[in-house]
Formats: sequence, structure tokens, C-alpha cells
Amino acid sequence: MQITVKLFASFRDGRAPTELCDYQAGTTVGDVVADKGILLEEIGVMLLNHRHVPLDGELAEGDTLAIYPLLGGG
Amino acid sequence: MSELLTYLAGRAVDGLITTGSQWDASLHFELGFAEVEAAILELGLWPARYQRNRQTISCAGQMRLLRSRVVVIGCGGLGGYIIEELARLGVGRIDAVDPDVFEEHNLNRQLLCTMANLGQHKADAAARRVGEINSAVRLVPHRTAFCAANGPELLAGATAVVDALDNLTTRLELVSLCQELGIPLVHGAIAGWYGQVATQLPGEDISRFFSGAAKGVETKLGNPSFTPALVASLQVAEVCKVILSQGGTISGRLLLCDLFNMEFDEICS
Repeated sequence: MQITVKLFASFRDGRAPTELCDYQAGTTVGDVVADKGILLEEIGVMLLNHRHVPLDGELAEGDTLAIYPLLGGG
Repeated sequence: MSELLTYLAGRAVDGLITTGSQWDASLHFELGFAEVEAAILELGLWPARYQRNRQTISCAGQMRLLRSRVVVIGCGGLGGYIIEELARLGVGRIDAVDPDVFEEHNLNRQLLCTMANLGQHKADAAARRVGEINSAVRLVPHRTAFCAANGPELLAGATAVVDALDNLTTRLELVSLCQELGIPLVHGAIAGWYGQVATQLPGEDISRFFSGAAKGVETKLGNPSFTPALVASLQVAEVCKVILSQGGTISGRLLLCDLFNMEFDEICS
């Protein structure tokens, strides 16, 4: 199935900002995070088709997954 | 009081009272500088320092700012600019909460940090700075770390709270306490070229914008000079609107600023 993965801010370093990716049925948000080499503790917000989604959220054909880093400095 | 009002009205030029006349009135009538400011605004006149506010804020709005109390949690990169802007805006009381002293690595971005005050408390530097900027503003320094235990006392009676913290654990405590007390909270956070802003009004919850980790990507990316200045300004604009009950806030959304690619995104809660 085809999933659009959108990365923001520092997650774009060395990665495409937007990429159409092929994944097998049953792939979860956590699988994509691992595939992209993103550290879990660096994630702030994950949106699946503009709605908040947990790591175990399952993806479907045509979904758009957006991943934002956690910003904590002051 | 009517004597004071007559005194002030007699010194107004083009609807403005100079700082000198405000001081004269303060000494003559043995009133605080802020009390005289309130009297000026009550007359529909303006302290001359705010003459460039006039097209943006009404006289009644300026009075509302003077009567407000804003608590700023953190006096570092964000907090320094926030305190500066609140004081210039004319917010009557600012509580500055920070347990830290200035260190050399703060010089690249923290407005209140100078070579001369390294080793001194950030909250005290905030009080000195505000004293130099606006005598109508009372800044109360708190050389302590905000926590769930001292939070209720620090926030009691606040018109708005500003999150200028540098860690997620305390931020979540602040978010929760503001919910409990029904006080508007304006959140800001920065990391490298990136920053974010959100406003939590009473009855709302912005905690889902923050994951459980204690620190974000700023540990890797650091913080340059321009990101805190931008995010702090966005936060103060939010505070101003919250106090004045005017305009549209970012409530219900998180604004993400990517200054590297010059992109601004919004995430809904």
C-alpha cells in the first residue's frame, strides 16, 4: 500500500520532507518511525490524516502520516 | 482625586502626559507612579510612552493591561524577551519565576544576560531590567523553580501565565495546574531553527501536543538568538489578546515555526 510520509523541522535533516512510500498491509505508525530511523524520544506529535495517532495506529492505503519533533527549549 | 485629575488635565499636550509630569504628579500627590498612570488613563489621556500603542490598543485596553498580572515561568531565552515586551506593553505586574543564575552559554540568546551579570539570578536581572524600562510595572522576582507544590501560590490571581520553561516534565505540571485554576496559559518552546506556540484557554487541554520525554530535540540542536525572539513575541501577542479579550488567538491549535525552510504549520488539537 502507498503511504505519504511528511516530516517536519529537524526530521528533514537527511530525509525527504514528503515521500510516497510502499509498505505492506498491517504496517503501523511505529513501523514507519523505525523505518525512517526516527528516535521515539524525539517525537512530539504524529498525525494520521490530520488526526492524532499513537505508535500502534495501523495504516491504510492512501493515508498521510505527518511526524513532528518534540521541541522543549525555553 | 479630583485635584490630581485637574493637575493632570492641565499638563496634557495633545492628549499625552510626559513621564516627567507623571513623576511630578506622583511626588506632589504622594501616589505611586502606577496609580498616577491609572488616573491618566481614566481621564482618557495617555502616558506619552504609550503614544505608539494608541492605534493598536484603546485607552480602556491600556488600563486593562495596567491592572493585569502575568506570571512568566522561566527567565531564559523566551522569558527574557517576554518580560521585556510585557513591561514595554504596560502590563502592571509581572511575576518572574526562575531558580537559575546566568552562565556564559546564555549570552548567545538570553536578552537579560550580559557579561556583567554572569553568576547573578535571572529573576533579579528581570527586576532590574523592568525597573529601567517602565516605573509603572512592578516585577516580582521568584528565585525558585515552579513545581506542583508552589504552583498554586505562584499563579493565584494571575490574569495569564506564560510558559517559558525548558523541560517537558514541569511544562505538563504547569499545563495541568492552569487547567485546574482556569487561568489562560500561553505555551512556547524552541529548538534550533524551530519553535512552537499554543494557547490554552480555560476548559481546554494542550497536553496532547507534548509527548512524555523530558527534553526535546533542543538538546541536539541548541538555541540560536533569533528563535526565542520570534516565539516570545508570538507569545506576548497572544497574552495581549487574552488580556484585552480581542482578536483571534491560536487556541485549539499548535503553531509550528520552521525558520530554516521558512514554513509555518498549524496542528489541530
